[in-house]
Amino acid sequence: MTDGVTEEDRVRLAPGVMLRQDRVRGHWQLLGPERVLILDEVALEVVRAVTAPSQTGQPPVTVGTAIAALAAQFDAPREEIAADVLEVLGDMITKGFLTR
Amino acid sequence: MTICGATTGLEPPLALLAELTHRCPLRCAYCSNPLALDPASRELDTAAWCHVLDEAADLGIIQVHFSGGEPTARKDLEALIAHATAAGLYANLITSAVLLDRARLERLRDAGLQHVQIGFQDTVPAKAELISGFPGGQPKKLEVARAVTDAGMALTVNAIVQRHNIDRVDDFIDMALELKAGRIEIANVQYYGWALKNRAALMPTREQLVRMDERVRVRLPELKGRLVVDYVVPDYYAKRPKACMGGWGRKFLNVTPSGSVLPCHAAETIPGMAFDRVTERPLADIWANSAAFQRYRGTDWMPQPCRSCDQKEIDWGGCRCQALALTGSADNTDPVCDLSEHHGRLGDIAATDGGTAEAPITYRSFSL
Repeated sequence: MTDGVTEEDRVRLAPGVMLRQDRVRGHWQLLGPERVLILDEVALEVVRAVTAPSQTGQPPVTVGTAIAALAAQFDAPREEIAADVLEVLGDMITKGFLTR
Repeated sequence: MTICGATTGLEPPLALLAELTHRCPLRCAYCSNPLALDPASRELDTAAWCHVLDEAADLGIIQVHFSGGEPTARKDLEALIAHATAAGLYANLITSAVLLDRARLERLRDAGLQHVQIGFQDTVPAKAELISGFPGGQPKKLEVARAVTDAGMALTVNAIVQRHNIDRVDDFIDMALELKAGRIEIANVQYYGWALKNRAALMPTREQLVRMDERVRVRLPELKGRLVVDYVVPDYYAKRPKACMGGWGRKFLNVTPSGSVLPCHAAETIPGMAFDRVTERPLADIWANSAAFQRYRGTDWMPQPCRSCDQKEIDWGGCRCQALALTGSADNTDPVCDLSEHHGRLGDIAATDGGTAEAPITYRSFSL
């Protein structure tokens, strides 16, 4: 269930999902079974923050750790970042692009 | 990408349906392949398909769907998936699964395959065999489905819904959950090709559809975040047509086993259409300029009531092949639309065919 993605959760790309830049259109996107999700800049940074470690074989970080990293990276209030991140992640889990 | 530049306003396509072969061990009564199937001797070879995949990636296509017939009947499937992946395409496999085993699945995964969609005719083995004409299919499908997720790939259960299984939509959903599928297609049969021939044996009744629809809607909330549900509602009982293929020549193209390029997989049923072949003309040129893609692209071709309708860039006039099959001309508004003068006929067909008790099934074969 997607209700209540928490900062303690660890998320990763669902099976069959890839992060890729479209070489014709230029934008970044998540590709999954029969579907494409075009990422805006915020969504791209969120996906990178939560999935980057597992892409290199490391265990996934917690959502809270990713929020802290993004807050530092963009020099923004943590609460604002947290609200955006939890919303973006919940939506991507509902659509089957991410899993816990 | 000059062909798809701003001067034409034409976007590049998103997906390629690569029908590698019409060969298939199953003989499904609902098959959407044409009645006149391409024999193995006319199939494109490996090099020709690799060329198509390169052209597709250059054109901007994002995903390729390896389909058929049964695509695993091609011994070069591993090579084609590897080639597609190297070209930057996302590879989907649309399969009956009965020719697959764990070892081959792992080879396909290692070649770059991301997603396997397995078609299920029923949840009850004997009833599945009635539709597929293939004994022993169900246990094999279940075994392969488990191997797909074990191998780390995404699994879709494609539940092809018709009169004989429509009352088991809950069982299909439970089966998908049990198999750890990430996605289920609840796909009511579309009546083209062999399915059109078997419409009287397959069409559900209105009461069955209403019950199924209620069950799907009851289940959807609990599936949120666990199982992606793609629900294709049955046309014959609808009031507005679907945007077939996302609009003619807007998002998809289909290459047949012998290399013809079609705007949709049933387009060969339309009389007077000429299709270019991938071996004779560049794919980008076919997409932008071929007569077949131009014929129903956009809104200029539309008759009334479509022409003055505010939905015309939403449903793009519906399905051309359905307009042909039910009104006699592919140029007409899809009769699924209740603004079509032919809409009443749809209800008549659904009532007549849905009410046919024991219509015989004509199984798919290379010679009728």
